Amino acid sequence: MNTTSFKQSFLTPRDMIGYALLAAVIFVIFPLLLEPFRLNLFGKYLTYAFVAVGLVLCWGVGGILSLGQGVFFGLGGYCMAMFLKLEASSPENTAIQSTPGIPDFMDWNQLSALPWWWEPFSSFGFTLFAVIAVPVAFSYIIGVAMFRRRVGGVYFAIITQAIAAILTILIIGQQGFTGGVNGITDLRTLHGWDIRTDSAKTLLYFVNGTLLFAVLLAAQFVRRSKLGRLLIAMRDQEDRVRFSGYDVANFKIFVFCLGAAFAAIGGAMFTLQVGFMSPSFVGIVPSIEMVIFAAVGGRLSILGAVWGTLLVNWAKTTLSESFPELWLLGLGALFIAVVMAFPNGLAGVWAEQVEPRLMKLLRRDSKAAAQTTPAE
Amino acid sequence: MLDVTNPNYVLMVEGLTVSFDGFKAVNDLSFYVEPNECRVIIGPNGAGKTTVLDLICGRTKATSGNVAFKGQDLLKMREDQIVHAGVGRKFQTPSVYEDLSVFANLELSFPKGHGVFGALFFKRDAEVRERIQEIAEMIFLGDQLTQKAAFLSHGQKQWLEIGMLLIQDPELLMLDEPVAGMSVAERKKTAELLNRIIADRSVIVIEHDMGFVADIATRVTVLHQGKVLSEGSMDHVQNDPKVVEVYLGH
Amino acid sequence: MFSDYTASELGAIFAMQGFAGLILFSVFVLMALGLAIIFGQMGVINMAHGEFMILGAYVTYLLSNFFADYIPALFSMYFFLAMLCAFVASGALGLLVEWALIRHLYKRPLDTLLATWGLSLILQQIYRSVFGAREVGVTIPDWMMGSLPLTDMIEIPINGIFVMVLAVSISIAVYVMMYRSRWGQQVRAINNNRQMADAVGINTAWTDRMTFAIGCGVAGVAGSAFTMIGSTGPTAGQQYIVDTFLVVVFGGAGSLLGTIASAFSISQAQSIMEFFLSGSMAKVLTLLTVVCILMLRPQGLFTLKLRK
Repeated sequence: MNTTSFKQSFLTPRDMIGYALLAAVIFVIFPLLLEPFRLNLFGKYLTYAFVAVGLVLCWGVGGILSLGQGVFFGLGGYCMAMFLKLEASSPENTAIQSTPGIPDFMDWNQLSALPWWWEPFSSFGFTLFAVIAVPVAFSYIIGVAMFRRRVGGVYFAIITQAIAAILTILIIGQQGFTGGVNGITDLRTLHGWDIRTDSAKTLLYFVNGTLLFAVLLAAQFVRRSKLGRLLIAMRDQEDRVRFSGYDVANFKIFVFCLGAAFAAIGGAMFTLQVGFMSPSFVGIVPSIEMVIFAAVGGRLSILGAVWGTLLVNWAKTTLSESFPELWLLGLGALFIAVVMAFPNGLAGVWAEQVEPRLMKLLRRDSKAAAQTTPAE
Repeated sequence: MLDVTNPNYVLMVEGLTVSFDGFKAVNDLSFYVEPNECRVIIGPNGAGKTTVLDLICGRTKATSGNVAFKGQDLLKMREDQIVHAGVGRKFQTPSVYEDLSVFANLELSFPKGHGVFGALFFKRDAEVRERIQEIAEMIFLGDQLTQKAAFLSHGQKQWLEIGMLLIQDPELLMLDEPVAGMSVAERKKTAELLNRIIADRSVIVIEHDMGFVADIATRVTVLHQGKVLSEGSMDHVQNDPKVVEVYLGH
Repeated sequence: MFSDYTASELGAIFAMQGFAGLILFSVFVLMALGLAIIFGQMGVINMAHGEFMILGAYVTYLLSNFFADYIPALFSMYFFLAMLCAFVASGALGLLVEWALIRHLYKRPLDTLLATWGLSLILQQIYRSVFGAREVGVTIPDWMMGSLPLTDMIEIPINGIFVMVLAVSISIAVYVMMYRSRWGQQVRAINNNRQMADAVGINTAWTDRMTFAIGCGVAGVAGSAFTMIGSTGPTAGQQYIVDTFLVVVFGGAGSLLGTIASAFSISQAQSIMEFFLSGSMAKVLTLLTVVCILMLRPQGLFTLKLRK
């Protein structure tokens, strides 16, 4: 057998078609078809896709289910919101407060000076660094503590969920420092550039889309590397990997931190596009909803995660605008259906049902129909 | 005190004991493995055979005792460090990565790119591909490289796992029941394979099949209730009255 | 911070907070017992556990209204019937859920978690549609109102005592069931080695279903008891699910005694801290401590060292 056939490629032609299709939808079709308000809404959905892609790597590929991804989304978003809030709270804008120059919610809570840990967030450079560094450092601590002690599976899920709950209670309880249950609101400008205008929102949509593609390609690179295959191996036979000479915990820590970094970028872009950040994107409910985005798309498919996120959120907006009580039933049913009937989500349905028929139709060639996707 | 630098032995196990809530699964066990030796461990169920391998490769932590491999104290090392020191371990039930191809299964055991970033930027260069091809042919899977491991037969999975160890080129190979569940033809092929691979390394094998044991063993250790009952050549242990008592006595 | 209080006031504060902690402890125990059976013995993550509890609470609410409207003479005793009905209703729902969902997912614990979360959303919406979004309260029988004065500064509410008595009796009942009955022996046998249990003639499918149903039934009783000290809303169950799971995991899954000990330490820590800090900070600190301890000792407080 010719061994050169085992050269690995990071993007197969089939992948490239998928990415091109998604790029066309995000960069051409949505901007052409949607009015600015709707486009901004879809931009918001796409920020969740950052989280879902991270979950594909952690959960689908690596078997590590985190129910606390909202924590990292929120931390990224809060870092960005703190910067924007400080800019919006210039002494001129806040002249009517008893202490001008600090964010309004601090003034309402009788704070008379900016807390020290808010200070660095007046620098945009530091903020960009913190958006990634804070969530990654936090996920690293959790990862080291848990994976070094070989905590995994349901215990990991429960503990990450508890962490999401703790952080939410903390943010809500410390309203003088965090804006409490309302979050950090009324964000206006970025270096003097008004982010509330339609043109700014459209530009941010494109920035968001570009960043998403960068994240997708990074995820694709990881997935197709030996590390990606190791994650699958660890998910199925952890001991075998360990006794093949790998320090399993390091790989889990890496993929968990990577997922956290993706989520954090999504969170920061959420704040920029939507104009606020609040604890309702941190807690248990948003965290587990992000899992369902990945599950609907197909827990093993990077592109599927994006489609799943778009589809579920679009359905949520459409349904809850007209039948709010139906939405919760639908979401509940979706959780059950995706687990019981479609464990590989949309990507699975596509690969098993749609694609073979499409191929048959396109080529009308018996060879094409018999062609199977080779294992990795 | 154990003299860990004694060059006559590859592996020295002395006074090894492990207890689970008071039950001593391995009790004050000592044995020594020489270079290029094929040591077979036999014994009735529950004698502690698999636990001994678990202790040597770091899967179970010992309560007391010493395990030295080429002068290194294995009891103080992590599992992956033990592997890098040159100890390979095959499990009782074949554990291969079912969702991956035979090629990828072997590739993950290739002794390069074991760190996070090493794995991320690992390249399937010509050296890797040729080595995998070579091993695959050795384990009778040369034409199955693209096959998903899930579709292999039970015996082929056992071979694949042996191949995954071979590609690491360990100095000490530990095999837990390598022919369990194999057909007669497969057993013959496996014995052939093992005889080839034990030529230039030390091997510890746990096995029940006496014909197979006679085929490959240099020395045999009989375990009973966590202790060595008898040790020596196949003939010696087969005629040892204590062994006969344990196997046939009750 | 203690200097503002006299010694006897301080003593009374600790006694009252300790007692509040005991009520919280009883609530935790009641909630965690059902979960300890389902998660501890079967390894099933039931995220809808809180909703099974709430079902028991709503059943109690319905019966309280029914007795008040039609048989007011027996109103003082309605609660005992309500507990029984709550057990049957939640248990029956548990049977149905095990049959429809759980039994297909025993080998996929993470998927069970997601499916039962979906179930919890559906149940919440059903409660909201049937009983309305607002919280409802039951009328407590007269004999449960009021409080017993211990000293002139320390008073303990009777409904609190009642919930505590209930928690103790249900704990004993569950203990007897798990460790002293043939059924409990079978459940533990399956937990240890499913294939072997199958082979020696235990009907594992049926035992699983009954175990799940009984765990859900116990949750229903917990919900029923819950109405004595608080009101019930459609999302009340979700608010407790994290605490409850932490109680069970912290105690060491599979250990009933561990569950009770961990419920005790968590509830006492929280209620004593609540006096000195704001309620939310007390909760944050308690949960954070539990999570940190779990990171250091993932197997929980009480576990046996076993041969893998």
